[in-house]
Amino acid sequence: MTGASTGASTGSRIRDVTGTVWAIIALPLIAILLAFGVGAVIILGSELLVGEPFDPLLPLTAYAALLQGAFGSFDAIVDTLVATSPLVFGGLAVAIAFKAGLFNIGAQGQFLMGALAAVAAGVAVSGQPPYIAIPIAVVAGVLGGAATGFLPGFLKAVSGAHEVVTTIMLNYIAISVLAALVSGPLKVPGSPSPVTYDVGNAGYPVVIGRDGHIGIFLAVIAVFVIRWLLYRTTLGFEIRTAGANPDAAAYAGMRPRRLIVLTMVLAGGLAGFAGVDVALGLTHQMTSSFGTTVGFDAIAVALLARSEPIGILPAALLFGAMRSGASLMQIKAGIPVELVDVIQATILLVLVATPVIRRVLHLRGTQNPLATSPTISRSYGSESVL
Amino acid sequence: MRGITKRYPGVVANDHIDLTIKPGEIHALLGENGAGKSTLMNVLYGLARPDEGEILLDGTAVEIASPSDAIARGISMVHQHFMLVPVLTVAENILLGEETMANAVFLDRKEAHRRIVDLGRRFGFEIDPEAKVGSLSVGWQQRVEILKALYRDARILVLDEPTAVLTPQETEEIFAVLRRLAAEGRSIIFISHKLYEVLEIADRITVIRRGRVVGERLPGATDEGDLAELMVGREVELTVDRGTSHPADARLIVSDLHVRDDRGSEVVSGVGFEVRSGEILGIAGVAGNGQDELIQTLIGLRRPVSGTVTLGGQDVTGHLPRAMNEAGVGYVPADRHRWGLVLPFTIADNIVLTSYYRRPFARRFVRDEAAIEKDADRAIHDYDIRTPSATVRAATLSGGNQQKVVVAREFDRDLQLLILDQPTRGLDVGSIEFIHRQTIAKRDAGTAILLVSAELDEILELSDRIAVMYRGAFVAVRDGRTADKNEIGLLMATGGVDRPAEASTEASA
Repeated sequence: MTGASTGASTGSRIRDVTGTVWAIIALPLIAILLAFGVGAVIILGSELLVGEPFDPLLPLTAYAALLQGAFGSFDAIVDTLVATSPLVFGGLAVAIAFKAGLFNIGAQGQFLMGALAAVAAGVAVSGQPPYIAIPIAVVAGVLGGAATGFLPGFLKAVSGAHEVVTTIMLNYIAISVLAALVSGPLKVPGSPSPVTYDVGNAGYPVVIGRDGHIGIFLAVIAVFVIRWLLYRTTLGFEIRTAGANPDAAAYAGMRPRRLIVLTMVLAGGLAGFAGVDVALGLTHQMTSSFGTTVGFDAIAVALLARSEPIGILPAALLFGAMRSGASLMQIKAGIPVELVDVIQATILLVLVATPVIRRVLHLRGTQNPLATSPTISRSYGSESVL
Repeated sequence: MRGITKRYPGVVANDHIDLTIKPGEIHALLGENGAGKSTLMNVLYGLARPDEGEILLDGTAVEIASPSDAIARGISMVHQHFMLVPVLTVAENILLGEETMANAVFLDRKEAHRRIVDLGRRFGFEIDPEAKVGSLSVGWQQRVEILKALYRDARILVLDEPTAVLTPQETEEIFAVLRRLAAEGRSIIFISHKLYEVLEIADRITVIRRGRVVGERLPGATDEGDLAELMVGREVELTVDRGTSHPADARLIVSDLHVRDDRGSEVVSGVGFEVRSGEILGIAGVAGNGQDELIQTLIGLRRPVSGTVTLGGQDVTGHLPRAMNEAGVGYVPADRHRWGLVLPFTIADNIVLTSYYRRPFARRFVRDEAAIEKDADRAIHDYDIRTPSATVRAATLSGGNQQKVVVAREFDRDLQLLILDQPTRGLDVGSIEFIHRQTIAKRDAGTAILLVSAELDEILELSDRIAVMYRGAFVAVRDGRTADKNEIGLLMATGGVDRPAEASTEASA
């Protein structure tokens, strides 16, 4: 009797656990599958438009090449990890803001300013020994990003200016500042193109393969540090409370304005670290066209990870793999690398449409009124959504 | 409804419930929070699917898969929290989802207005279809909800705690409407926690406990004690013995306080009073007469324009929430979901919501999870919070248990002043008894208590003195043991006809 009942309860507990796990990963998985489906349709459609002999299996060929390009060899895997590491920092930058109920669309601007500051400082100390040069350049980059994050946080705290608006504006300002400095004071004198000196000894050391730099490991460490910060410190508790219920946070004496500024500084610092990662790990110098879209991809990464630090790792890996595998896809299947953008954008769209999808698929969480609360505008990924 | 069973992971919310509603009957459904009333009504309204059992309508089995199904079959629900759009007019709200069209594109406003006004008259009230819902009192908003149901020709009307937000007078008026509805042959399912109301309005009473029907009574053949015992499963003290209070020194002194609301209009105009140690001061008043802003000022969420607040001899005017908290002010909010709890957080995190930064819950800035959990386990035990563990999310608890979490956090320390804002709103008799007992115990321990409520009975039951707040001022102060309910109700509604409000704002005893 007792045996039977405990058996039944264990069974239901396992069902509960799998149910919970499913509830967490179902949406991201569906988003990814749908996005690749949409990508396939676009590939087939473009074939029809171009009028070449129709190959119904072309999407599979393309995706196989994408996979091979990302993971097909040791070097490919290292390249994927290198492409993943800034996305991890960027994803954390967006996620930590989401946790506080802030939508940091300005990760791109903070990323650029972080890279710029890291290069500027790196060039200045390029002759110093690495153990001095690298920390200085890293700190400069993080501060550059943090300063860029501070502005929208400060503006919101004092005047209520919405961070979505101010951070988007700052993205443009960052691009202009970068262009001005790289073609002005930071430019190598006499060089025909706007380019800075090399960061020299401030560059990240390569520790695996051709260009697997230490940023890969720093990114993994950052994930666990942010997780610790969010869940094990009083500051993290304040950030999560402000995101989940700002009124209760105010009542509990948590000083919401101060938290907004602090969170944006942290987020900016993390995005700046993403810039450091690219600048010191990969490019070693700055050109005016320095402008991968790490800061924008980071938004998709954070959404896919539901703003959970641990989730950032697989999410960033997915996007990193797509970026680094795309060129082989172009070579082998003739599909332009931009397809990756389409897939990425589709993932975002699906994730943003979460309530609709939950309802259509009868996913768990439909009965929970919290699940349908405003998502993207206020606090996607803050605990009020889960 | 026959043999309705609904299981959720870990609980059987409804266990083979039979419920028969006759035409023209007002049928009251009684039960504690979490007893399964809402689940049963959700099944009836198509919001939840039963695992077993069937619903028979006029003798034939029907399947109700969604609220629109339910509405099509003449079943309507008036929720406790109104589902109205404040910026739309009465007519527009009623037409939402059930548009009366003149043609394919345009509404037939004229016809709709005529029907709304007619319906209103038929049930004894005049309503202006063009009035904005946001400008109506809660009592009238409720009538709009009922009209909405009638407009859809509801034969079965479910009212979920319709009187929770009403004054005694408004309640009487709504009851008159309900009786007319029943006289027309419509059935009404009336959910309430207030036993005397149920006895007054119901033709038949079904009591549910832990998902089962535990009894059916006729109002003539029962009384409050009997019903409460059925609900809770043990004998309940409906009115806690308040004993004698021993007020000592003045603990909180508020003088000439002026406070503005978010829009900048003055909503507290020169209020002055004192609360003594070991005394309960009740503030009665219809919602929206400045009570919220007064409380917010006392807990530090709002800065007064002028005036002073003194706590235990120290001037705390304009102090921030944390300073107020540390000065020994406890607060149980009326809207626990908004101010009292972080629903997605665990019980443990909610219990340390105001003390998370202090030892033993944190060392410098690192949380001590073990200490937090230990404290939560103790609070769960001391305050009888029914939960599998401290790591359960607050959102999953019943209303009564959620409120116990708040009470555990706010009561469980040395307090100078305890502010209770409708502390038992929406709770069942068992939880109310518990919270009232704790309040009395706090009073006897020498805490000054400020009790704000629109629930007159609660105020009358607990307060040593009662102040009536009307349009930002105290219009009268009465002794709590001798106060007359009707007089207070009238003062709440009118501010006192013969006395100008200004004359009695300085209402210290």
